[in-house]
Amino acid sequence: MRRLTRRDSVVLGLMLGIPLLIDLAFIWGPAIASVFLSFTNAQGARAVAWIGGENYHFMATVDYEFWPAVRHNLLWLGVFIVIATPLGMLFAVLLNNNIKGTRIYQSIFFLPVMLSLALIGIIWQLMYSPDNGLINNIIGKTGQGNQIDWLGDPHINLWAVLVEATWRQAGYVMVLYLAGLKAVDPSLQEAASLDGANAWQMFWRVVFPTLRPINIVILVVTVIESLRAFDLVYITNGGTNGLELLSAIITQQILGAGNKIGYGSAIGVVLLVISLVPIVYFLTVQFRKEKQP
Amino acid sequence: MSKKQRPVEGSSRELDRRAVLKGFAGVAAFAALPLALDACSSGSGGAGTTSGPGASGTGSSPASSAGGGTSSAAGGTGSSVTAPSASASGGGGASGSVSVPKVSGTLTIGSNYSDAGVKKAFGDVATAFGNASGASVTVNTVDHNTFQNKIQQYLQGTPDDVFSWFAGYRMQFFAAQGLVSPIDDVWDKIGGNFSDAAKAVSKGADGHYYFVPIYNYPWVMNYRKSVFDEHGYQIPATWDDLIALCEKMKTDGLVPISWTDKDGWPAMGTFDILNMRMNGYQFHVDLMAHKESWADPKVVAVFDQWRKLTPYYQTGANGRTWEEAAQDLQNKKTGMMFIGAGQAGQQFSKENLPDLHFFPFPAINSQYGTDSIDAPMDGFMMSKAPKNKEAATAFLEFLGTPHAESIYLASDPTDVGVATDYDQSTYNALQKASAELIGKTAHIAQFLDRDTRPDFAYPIVQNALQSFITNQDSQAVCQQLETQAKAVFAS
Repeated sequence: MRRLTRRDSVVLGLMLGIPLLIDLAFIWGPAIASVFLSFTNAQGARAVAWIGGENYHFMATVDYEFWPAVRHNLLWLGVFIVIATPLGMLFAVLLNNNIKGTRIYQSIFFLPVMLSLALIGIIWQLMYSPDNGLINNIIGKTGQGNQIDWLGDPHINLWAVLVEATWRQAGYVMVLYLAGLKAVDPSLQEAASLDGANAWQMFWRVVFPTLRPINIVILVVTVIESLRAFDLVYITNGGTNGLELLSAIITQQILGAGNKIGYGSAIGVVLLVISLVPIVYFLTVQFRKEKQP
Repeated sequence: MSKKQRPVEGSSRELDRRAVLKGFAGVAAFAALPLALDACSSGSGGAGTTSGPGASGTGSSPASSAGGGTSSAAGGTGSSVTAPSASASGGGGASGSVSVPKVSGTLTIGSNYSDAGVKKAFGDVATAFGNASGASVTVNTVDHNTFQNKIQQYLQGTPDDVFSWFAGYRMQFFAAQGLVSPIDDVWDKIGGNFSDAAKAVSKGADGHYYFVPIYNYPWVMNYRKSVFDEHGYQIPATWDDLIALCEKMKTDGLVPISWTDKDGWPAMGTFDILNMRMNGYQFHVDLMAHKESWADPKVVAVFDQWRKLTPYYQTGANGRTWEEAAQDLQNKKTGMMFIGAGQAGQQFSKENLPDLHFFPFPAINSQYGTDSIDAPMDGFMMSKAPKNKEAATAFLEFLGTPHAESIYLASDPTDVGVATDYDQSTYNALQKASAELIGKTAHIAQFLDRDTRPDFAYPIVQNALQSFITNQDSQAVCQQLETQAKAVFAS
């Protein structure tokens, strides 16, 4: 193989080096700094002292928000995988057949995706407000004692917010699947129907396997969206009272009045470790695929 | 914005979320949010024409030397600032009643007075100072929830010369970190205008002054006089009277007490007053500093007492904003509401405001009677290294006069002045009652989130009280608070 000229090396060095530097400065730097800070008592502007694993101990044994937050994040992931994604897939399959008004339906289901999550949170507060909200007024539950406190009752408010999240996520998944479905070779379906496949078999045996690349993308998107879920609970009540999520309690600790940078970083590290699981899985799958001829 | 606010927060000025809930105005409000978030850093690059950027303010021997520089730089006028404050009662004219030293350059002020009414009120104060001193004054107003949540980053970045904040522990926390300038020189001039109580909550833990108050308001049981007249209700003097009144309201088809804690702080006010009524002011102070245990049977008893009010509260408190709850009081759906008089007044329309009355929370333990209330005090502080220390000092001296307070209160008909010789002739009935109550109450507490560590108030106390509202479990909530208090106060 021909050796690189000096000029080639410089160009290559620059083209690799600059992105690498940016990557180090804005991704690895902060991540490593967070890990470091998580072992300190950094708070506000005061002097920083090394306190070992105390933050993690506090998190696991004292903090009343941490374990609920972990549970809620997992529940969020479960609902996205079990409800939102299949719902989006269903929409996509139905709308991919050229039914009447399919473009209008597509627009309607996609509309929530175009709204910011904060705005979605505000819109749904109009629906859920116990005294003045649309839902309670329709079902006649606005009176003292019999009203349903959708966003304030810690037993139901997470589910109420998950409806908001699903409302948006289903549209997102739908669009991704629609794109995937357009790419499915029609001759495959033709062949299958000649062989006498019914609609159910057609989808699960023929179409779905060809959607494999899209499925991986959607799985990754779903996991990421579940772990970074934040906006809806934050806009609703700041992520307290039944709506604790890891991202929200990190924000409360670091940006809240207490400014507990060290402790917030420790929760951040936990979130990082959780995030690494699907990321590592995804990358392993990708690399394995590239190795194959 | 939600408070989260969080955080929200124990200030008098919550973003009016009811307006947002009322419809598409919400979309416009949302569009403005990023602007508010970004507006946090100080503006105005053209400041600092006077002596260097105030590094002298940070030294261990505090501002006395720098302050001396101020008055000498201001020439002969500096010494006469306190003298003519009596002429403030002359009223009317905004200028000329207090002599203000001439200062040069630009003064920047960070303000969380973001609602229209208070924004104008404070704007008038800033303008009056600008006119009297000759300084050009820039007010950077930030949505108050955002301002409070970002205070740490704000103070560590490039803060304005002077900024709005709260008295008490919530101020001392930042003073102890060296993020603000001591202003003992200012208090040498304005000290005569204030009571010892106001002085105490304006000092840091190190005994130096850091804060100049501008107004306060008492936490009380608010009601509509027309409703009480219509049904012939009497003001309850004791706990039993209160319960009897609630029972009566129930039979009259009213929900006796508005109840809200979506914002995370309104329930703190009820905890404070029950605790002070049952265990006294000193116990409140010691509990807030965690010198007393939250698992103490005396605290459990407070929650047990609190539970007795539940049948008379609105249901669904954790889903209701305080603004919505105050509207229910205004719309006569509820009979009473325990919240700051200034906050309730702010939610009432101009026509209904004269109908808003209040009474102090009734006595529970005769040993303490009604000798304590929460009356949070809002005011201003000087940042660590103000660009224009001379103007900042002059402004705080100006602010600490009845005259400046009267300019502010001219546009804020619900709060009351802090200065002892404030001219009360301009007060409406609500303000008169507020001032009278604060004046005659022996012990003035600030508020739970101002009397304890900020990292304990939020999110720990907030969460504990919200879960108490749902689960009504006194033992559990005390256990939850004590476990976390132990860890937080040790850190």
